[in-house]
Amino acid sequence: MATMVEAPPPTTRVGRGQRSLTWRNTLHGWSFIAPNFIGFALITMVPIGYLFYVAFTKWSFGRARWVGFDNFERLFNDQRFYTALRNTVYYVVGHVPLTFVVALGLAILLNRRLRGVAFFRTAAFFPYITSIVALAYVWNALFSPDFGPINAFLRFIGIDNPPGWTTDPNWSMPAVILVGTWRDMGYYMLLFLAGLQTIPSQLYEAATVDGASAWQRFWHVTLPGLRHTTFFVLVIMTINSFKVFDLILVLTDGGPGISTLVLSHYIYMKGFEENDPGYAGAVSIALFFIVLSVTLIQYYVNKRGSQ
Amino acid sequence: MATNTLTRTPGRRLAAPDPAARPQRPGRVKHIVGRVALYTALIVASAALLLPFYWMLMSSLKTNNEVFTVPIRWWPETEVWSNYLNIWRQSDMTTWLRNTLFLSVVITFLQVLTGSFAAYGFSKVRFPGRNALFLGYIATIAVPWQSYMIPQFVLMSKVHLHNTLWAMVVLQAFGAFGVFLMKQYYESIPEELSEAARIDGLSEYGIWWRIMVPLSIPAVASLALLTFVNTWNDFLGPLIYLRDPEIRTIQLGLRTFISQYNAEYALIFTGSVISVLPIAIIFMLGQRFFIEGIATTGLKG
Repeated sequence: MATMVEAPPPTTRVGRGQRSLTWRNTLHGWSFIAPNFIGFALITMVPIGYLFYVAFTKWSFGRARWVGFDNFERLFNDQRFYTALRNTVYYVVGHVPLTFVVALGLAILLNRRLRGVAFFRTAAFFPYITSIVALAYVWNALFSPDFGPINAFLRFIGIDNPPGWTTDPNWSMPAVILVGTWRDMGYYMLLFLAGLQTIPSQLYEAATVDGASAWQRFWHVTLPGLRHTTFFVLVIMTINSFKVFDLILVLTDGGPGISTLVLSHYIYMKGFEENDPGYAGAVSIALFFIVLSVTLIQYYVNKRGSQ
Repeated sequence: MATNTLTRTPGRRLAAPDPAARPQRPGRVKHIVGRVALYTALIVASAALLLPFYWMLMSSLKTNNEVFTVPIRWWPETEVWSNYLNIWRQSDMTTWLRNTLFLSVVITFLQVLTGSFAAYGFSKVRFPGRNALFLGYIATIAVPWQSYMIPQFVLMSKVHLHNTLWAMVVLQAFGAFGVFLMKQYYESIPEELSEAARIDGLSEYGIWWRIMVPLSIPAVASLALLTFVNTWNDFLGPLIYLRDPEIRTIQLGLRTFISQYNAEYALIFTGSVISVLPIAIIFMLGQRFFIEGIATTGLKG
């Protein structure tokens, strides 16, 4: 290390001027970024580009043949694709608002000086960092229609015909949404907590002096103060919900029937189980553009709202 | 850093539905009632949240027959500790844990190293094209991995990396997330510090190693813990890339165990506990870093 200190490049700094400084900085900058960037480009950017070739091909015995828009024509007439799309939207529409409200509520409840508050935060966050494989098995046991504690509780409070949860096509998606919210809310709660810290307390004091009720303070101080956090959380939450996969794979495996088949799962089935990467690529492109346009719409709405 | 205050919240300023929280004389009784109601709500909520973990732990100490009984038994009749011995004999738990530990350590090391290195380039060195390049990084975070896992797999199998543990390493070691997290932290370190070091003749690499790295230990801890836990818990990557039994990770192994021995309820719960336990311990020890790491990347995203 000592050698580095003793070897200053005195000439570059004083004499050669702006151009050589820029050149030197560029070289340094790239040398720092390169190790990560090369890996990142090869493993992320190249595959994203390659996707737009794969989706226009048909594969047999490891060889690709260009087939133009065939895969997309097939896509538009594929009822299963529409089912998967509908189910994905079902998940997003159920999971995003529910998680949003629960996470924000928790954050507000836990953003105060209270004995034991750290414990409650940990309890809420813990599901997020535990593996879904183990917990999906546990949840299936909890949801078990005849033996599970959830239905035992429902019967106890007087519901004679509790739902079949993951064994019933009508209730499987609500069950998945519930588990998804259970897992994710602690994460978003942390983001909201960080946002709440940035709202100056004087605003609340001023509002109280003016006689604002708790509800009014929430509506006119907390929510506007959380604008940026809210936007960020909504974007991340929506992207994550559209790509939901591992949760469903281990909880219901798309079933019963295809009642919880989602787009990511369909891509996986086509690509890896039926060995049809070309068609899986077409479904991937659909997912890609859906997520992209939803993000752009959110961005646009947010921009208009802040003007 | 705003995030540092997370653990010591300034209390009273919050608008939350708790108007009695203000010290007004007539509100004294109301205040106590409010507190009791709040605590009751919080305790019930966290009991519900933690129920799955309790259920898992308790079932891992039962016999197979006892796992699903009506009415529900909330504690086993006699604790079957032998489950925790049998699981090692009946499954390849040792192999799974070894593979997972290997991946978690190697990936965490590479991610922290390349991430903080690149973050220095993005936050402390000025050069043309830097911001455009960073935008490229950020943009790809928004692209779901599920939409390019197919072409990625095709490319990986072309270079014969699939079905090896190295596939997982290259897949996860160069994430943009680490760059992003470290960059956020480096930007909170005053520019004067690196300027002074430059004038003193320290090279850029020297500044990174002798000034930035020591100053960013909290961020390094956050990134290391988050990466470790993510790798440990990853299921989809191993599911796609790791086919041979001897390179299975704990999540993949547990999953195959569940489908092979689907009547061994108690053992499955035992395996589940073992798969979650290391993460629980790490989380308890480094909780602060998890929370700060997430808050940092979330805040300015």
